[in-house]
Amino acid sequence: MQLTSQSNLTKQTKKITNVNSALAAATCALLGSASVVQAEESVWEMDTALLYYGETDRVTAVEGVFSAKKDFGDEHVFSGKLVLDTLTGASATGAVSQPNAQTFTRPSGKGQYEINGGDVPLDDTFKDTRLQLEAQWTQPLWDDMRGSAGVHFSKEYDYLSVAVNGSLARDFNQKNTTISAGVSLAFDTIDPEGGRPVAFSEMVVNQGQFANDQAYQVAFDATRQKDSDDKNTIDLMFGVTQVINRRMLMQFNYGYSTSDGYHTDPFKVLSIVNDQGVTQSLVHEDRPTERTRHSFYWQTKYALDSGVADISYRYATDDWDINSHTIDSRLRFNISDNTYIQPHFRYYQQGAAEFYQPFLMEGSMLPTFASADYRLGEMTAYTVGLKYGMKMPSGNEWAFRLEYYQQDPKNAGFDEPGVLQQLDLYPSVKAVIAQISYSF
Amino acid sequence: MLKKVRIMLVFILFAYLAGCANLGVKPWERDLLAKDEMALDAEGNDLGLDDHIYFSKEATSGGRAFAGGGCGCN
Repeated sequence: MQLTSQSNLTKQTKKITNVNSALAAATCALLGSASVVQAEESVWEMDTALLYYGETDRVTAVEGVFSAKKDFGDEHVFSGKLVLDTLTGASATGAVSQPNAQTFTRPSGKGQYEINGGDVPLDDTFKDTRLQLEAQWTQPLWDDMRGSAGVHFSKEYDYLSVAVNGSLARDFNQKNTTISAGVSLAFDTIDPEGGRPVAFSEMVVNQGQFANDQAYQVAFDATRQKDSDDKNTIDLMFGVTQVINRRMLMQFNYGYSTSDGYHTDPFKVLSIVNDQGVTQSLVHEDRPTERTRHSFYWQTKYALDSGVADISYRYATDDWDINSHTIDSRLRFNISDNTYIQPHFRYYQQGAAEFYQPFLMEGSMLPTFASADYRLGEMTAYTVGLKYGMKMPSGNEWAFRLEYYQQDPKNAGFDEPGVLQQLDLYPSVKAVIAQISYSF
Repeated sequence: MLKKVRIMLVFILFAYLAGCANLGVKPWERDLLAKDEMALDAEGNDLGLDDHIYFSKEATSGGRAFAGGGCGCN
């Protein structure tokens, strides 16, 4: 965790555009009088980015970010962020592929869709727009201590998240060591289209068995809870940042997160198959209402003669039994004084949640919790990418990033009966990430 | 057993903090560390966008920053 400190006098000096106030500051310094606060006031630093994320045959997202930061003098820093994203496309339902076509009811209960034999069941009705706003204030408090407080707001069609955070950081050893502690409280509310499914209720598929539409609607409504639900999250984070030498900086964070409330994905189902692997019915998933997570994060930055090496490792574990390892590295090479390229490589590996099941067997007892969401299953993923940045004579900067992300879900040791052996139950997900950034 | 592990951990932590006293640089040696690209939160928008992607697609989040809450992203 890092409070935006770094007391970069060089950075501030660069940004001072008001020549008069700079001269005034210089005069004050020469005359030995107290420094003028306005003299340290920097201009707004604006960062904008437009990101495209596109999966093959699945989700497409476009996300725009506008962030602004200003030092009002003496390290009293305000930063704000506005994010707008849109999402369309298809998302895996959790149901297994079958040799024959399958019919599903849309989450809203209005309409159906068909999946061809051999194809992964995807619900192609996802469409959402999300607005996110953030504001953060950081300032020195006393004795090398800094404080920071912020708010976070995110709203999409069926989901609202509001969070507040606060943290303290203290410098030691001539600012070579920084220790920090922070807390974040998040309050989420979900009100999904069509209502929240009743746990393990069977998906109602209208195949002509209902006398009329009203009879179908009554059967569908019986699988739904109408009111909204919520989830509260408390995050604690403790960090140590250490300057190792003139070139190297190191950070270690421990994060603790506990959440209470609705963790289920209302759009995910499980197939109930017979001993031949043929789907007999579909039931809605159910996840525990509590989750406690721990993360251990280590990051090192190393200044090369013409660039920067940035390497991080994260180990995460939780009481859902999901353990993960993440290695992330960015290597910046300065091509000239104003241009650079930056290869990016990330590797991720996670184990399956204890309640993850790719399908349920007919005739066996229903588990307390179950989800076939592949994101809770065993998987590896990697990202490879390249960024090119160029600084204009004005000091403004353009950057272009192109990356490839692939997820490879794995069988976490489940036997596959009958026809399921011939089908791909763990298909890879492939995505392209493209981003344009402009800082001014 | 648990008590021994705790004592060991506390010992390691203090050894680490004591070791930190010998690490670091003098204020006039911060030329490289003061560069924009050496800040731990450099490229903040990239990191935020990546966090959002991986939060939506993987079971683990956080580490660098707070893990919880956010959005109902699919």
